[in-house]
Amino acid sequence: MIEPRTLPRLFAGAGKRPLSLADHEQLYKPTDNVANLINELDASGLVGRGGAAFPTIRKVQLLRHQRGHKYVVVNGMEGEPAAHKDNRLLSINPHLVLDGAEMLASMIGASRIAICVARDNPTVVNHVERAIHERARRNLRGPGIDLHTPPWRYVAGEESALVHWLDDHESLPQYRPDRPHILRIGRGPTLVDNAETCANVGLIGRYGAEWFRSLGTPRHPGSVVVSVTGAVARPQVLEVNLGSPISSILATAGADPQPQAVLLGGYGGAWLRADQIGTPYCNEALAPLSLSVGSGVVAVLPRQACGVAEAHRVVRWMAHESARQCGPCAFGLPALAEDLLTVVRGGRDGVAAIARLGDRCSVIDGRGACRHPDGVVRFVRSSIDVFSADIDNHLRGAPCAAARSSHHFLTVPALEHEEELIWE
Amino acid sequence: MGVIRRTGMFVLQVNPILCDSFGHCAELAPELVHLDEWGYPIISSEPVPMADIGAYESARYAERGCPRKALHIAKINHPRPEGPVSRGRGTV
Ligand code: SF4
Ligand code: SF4
Repeated sequence: MIEPRTLPRLFAGAGKRPLSLADHEQLYKPTDNVANLINELDASGLVGRGGAAFPTIRKVQLLRHQRGHKYVVVNGMEGEPAAHKDNRLLSINPHLVLDGAEMLASMIGASRIAICVARDNPTVVNHVERAIHERARRNLRGPGIDLHTPPWRYVAGEESALVHWLDDHESLPQYRPDRPHILRIGRGPTLVDNAETCANVGLIGRYGAEWFRSLGTPRHPGSVVVSVTGAVARPQVLEVNLGSPISSILATAGADPQPQAVLLGGYGGAWLRADQIGTPYCNEALAPLSLSVGSGVVAVLPRQACGVAEAHRVVRWMAHESARQCGPCAFGLPALAEDLLTVVRGGRDGVAAIARLGDRCSVIDGRGACRHPDGVVRFVRSSIDVFSADIDNHLRGAPCAAARSSHHFLTVPALEHEEELIWE
Repeated sequence: MGVIRRTGMFVLQVNPILCDSFGHCAELAPELVHLDEWGYPIISSEPVPMADIGAYESARYAERGCPRKALHIAKINHPRPEGPVSRGRGTV
């Protein structure tokens, strides 16, 4: 059993190989300890760890009252290029995630569990596959578990895109005007939860809500897995107490102690200024700064980097990742990337571009079928705000040396068809 | 039927996946829709009162005239009209 108030919880089995089913049960003790799962989940105050921070119990309640052949989908797609948390979790404690998924299935009465991992991560796929086999051999009761491996894309992890892939083998987000909206595979109502969320359910189902709440803040209980990248000794995944100061997370990761800014929540997130790094890492403290934990990405930008050039690269990549179903996203995001490039180049065109950027952001915001463009708009607005001094230098024709350097701190995967970006 | 309900509000919504920027909607409902620089409709999400018959008629024209069937009039019942609602139907 894991003691309350101790870390790691989710990563307790961290070794070179994933915990086998026997070791996992040895470490965490068997399931079925909690009398009333639904009540415990409600009392735990767990919110989804995929980015939207939606209360898990509300989704469960919604699905519980649906009829039909129900599914639980475990989202391990990890769309954020800077995030590695779900992959790490599935490579350390796959059985904890599967336990949680089974508990969710029993709460809503689902008969099948689909666990989704991007096929671009073959090691993780192998680990999960092995875990599923181990369970099947043990002949555990309960719903059948299938592994699905959609191709990796930024929007493929968006829940409606994921369910659409399971239903129809197309990773395209769906238009959902009415919320809450019940996603379906065929006609079966489907509950989608992030892998880390499932792992937390696996803990709550064993040790109960009070145990779960012994870490974190009263409003945001529990621990959270963060992926620290950028100006750090080594990019790493850490499990931290919700509400611990961001500066302490940076210190643990061996990050630059005096960064220029810190990107929170991934490439659809926003920047934390250097003078705010003492802020507690939880949505309650971050919301007043228009920030959120999001998908747990903490990307450190050092002083010697050019924020504008970094922002341009990220936006260009995000534009490329648009599913290109909706006009404002398919045309708007490349336009934002173009504008940012003009700002990086500076001069009089840059002045016009910065004005246009603001207008285009307001035009694009909220007009896609999914929230992909909204995230990009948030990131662009925040970059303009936080790097305003840098931008002024660019516009005056005096950009810093870093703008021309080829060394970057925010990593983006290589673009597949660069020339298609604007013309497609 | 044939009676225009004047209570409640509506919003014209576009399904951005279906919409292919033909721009008919901006011509059919100029008071509700204008087009962005790429030709896609920008529609205010502010509810319009049903009592604004002109706007509602335009919205219906646009809804029917959209070649991709991308437009949809969503009726909103809750910002209730002011005043006593004693004669309303039991539920909203
Ligand atoms: S908003 Fe963008 S990413 Fe989302 S469905 Fe539309 S085109 Fe695709
Ligand atoms: S008429 Fe329909 S397809 Fe054409 S721009 Fe308007 S909503 Fe889009």
